[in-house]
Amino acid sequence: MTDLLIASIFQENLALAYFLGICTFLAVSQRVATAVGLGLAIIAVQTITVPVNALILNGVLIDGAWRWAGLPDVDLSHLRLVAFIGVIAAIVQVLEMSLDRFFPRLHAALGSFLPLITVNCAVLGGSLFMAERQYTVPEAAVYGFGSGVGWALAIIAFAAIRERLRYSDMPDGVRGLASAFLVTGLMSLGFMAFARVPL
Amino acid sequence: MRSAVSRIITPLIDQNPISRQILGVCSALAVTTALDTALLMSAALTIVLCLSSALISLLRHHIPHVIRLIVQITIIASLVIVIDEILRAFFFELSRALSVFVGLIVTNCLVLGRAEAFAMRNPVGPSVLDALGNGLGYSLILILVGSIRELLGQGSLLGFTVFQTQTDGGWFQPLGLMQLAPAAFFIIGLLVWAIRAIHVDQVEPSGQAATPGGGLR
Repeated sequence: MTDLLIASIFQENLALAYFLGICTFLAVSQRVATAVGLGLAIIAVQTITVPVNALILNGVLIDGAWRWAGLPDVDLSHLRLVAFIGVIAAIVQVLEMSLDRFFPRLHAALGSFLPLITVNCAVLGGSLFMAERQYTVPEAAVYGFGSGVGWALAIIAFAAIRERLRYSDMPDGVRGLASAFLVTGLMSLGFMAFARVPL
Repeated sequence: MRSAVSRIITPLIDQNPISRQILGVCSALAVTTALDTALLMSAALTIVLCLSSALISLLRHHIPHVIRLIVQITIIASLVIVIDEILRAFFFELSRALSVFVGLIVTNCLVLGRAEAFAMRNPVGPSVLDALGNGLGYSLILILVGSIRELLGQGSLLGFTVFQTQTDGGWFQPLGLMQLAPAAFFIIGLLVWAIRAIHVDQVEPSGQAATPGGGLR
């Protein structure tokens, strides 16, 4: 379990090793404060959605899940995409409403990011990796938390670098988007070093 | 006729979805370790984009405004499931190499972005042309990056040897880095630089960070 946690944070970092959520990564990294908010929101959503999707996958969708009901041939696994995205959208909605009700200040800080998370490929990607690697529900919970932390770590570090870079004197064509890609590449190169760490 | 042609041509370089609008970057980076996966992914995305634009544009007067995102995502997800099953049936090896990234077309901001920004407001004809243009613009970058990474990383193109590698008795020392994640970021970064060196109007003003043009998320 600890291996899985560490691997999902560093070695298999969703943003820097699998390129997931890079659109958001590039778009919402102007300031560290916003990056922290988005990172926290992603951790919360990942920790809930991945194990819930694992439950649904193992209980409803996989081949033979309906054997108890006398339907041994029913295989709904082709529906997993629609099921996952539906679960993610629903959980994000519930999370937003309950935050609004019980933690209004946290909701004010995270509010505008939560709806965006539904279409963040890091969240759907986490669930799809869970399905592909056939994690059990506890493993899925650990993987969800770890991958969320890894993504948050990456965007916060990236936003901090970008704040420093804003006034640096770059060639015209590099300024902005191109520099963002190059910096992300360097960060990804740094994270590759973790792949050599034996677990 | 002129506008139809320009609708396809403009997204190729000037308004390229990846280098200009920052849409659909995730999958572009992940599937480009070799040219064949890049080609397959480009084809899958272009087909999904065209079909979803056509369907959404056809239904645009009947989709209630409040739940339009849910309807759009459901339409896209259904199309992606069909494509995923077809790929599994006919290109099993390649679809294993693409792993989760075909499924991730559902949350590809390019598909949802064009649906929201164009197909919801325009008739079927222009929507399909716009989708085709953006799909081809996306494919152009993918094919370019895929060719560079496969050529320099393995010395081959589509599996055919171009540079004889040293292990096969040739002269070429493959660059292992090209097959790893950072290379994809570097190549796209340099590509954006190259495009902006030609299109000076796309250069971003100094003292200000990038603003995604039409980025949905």
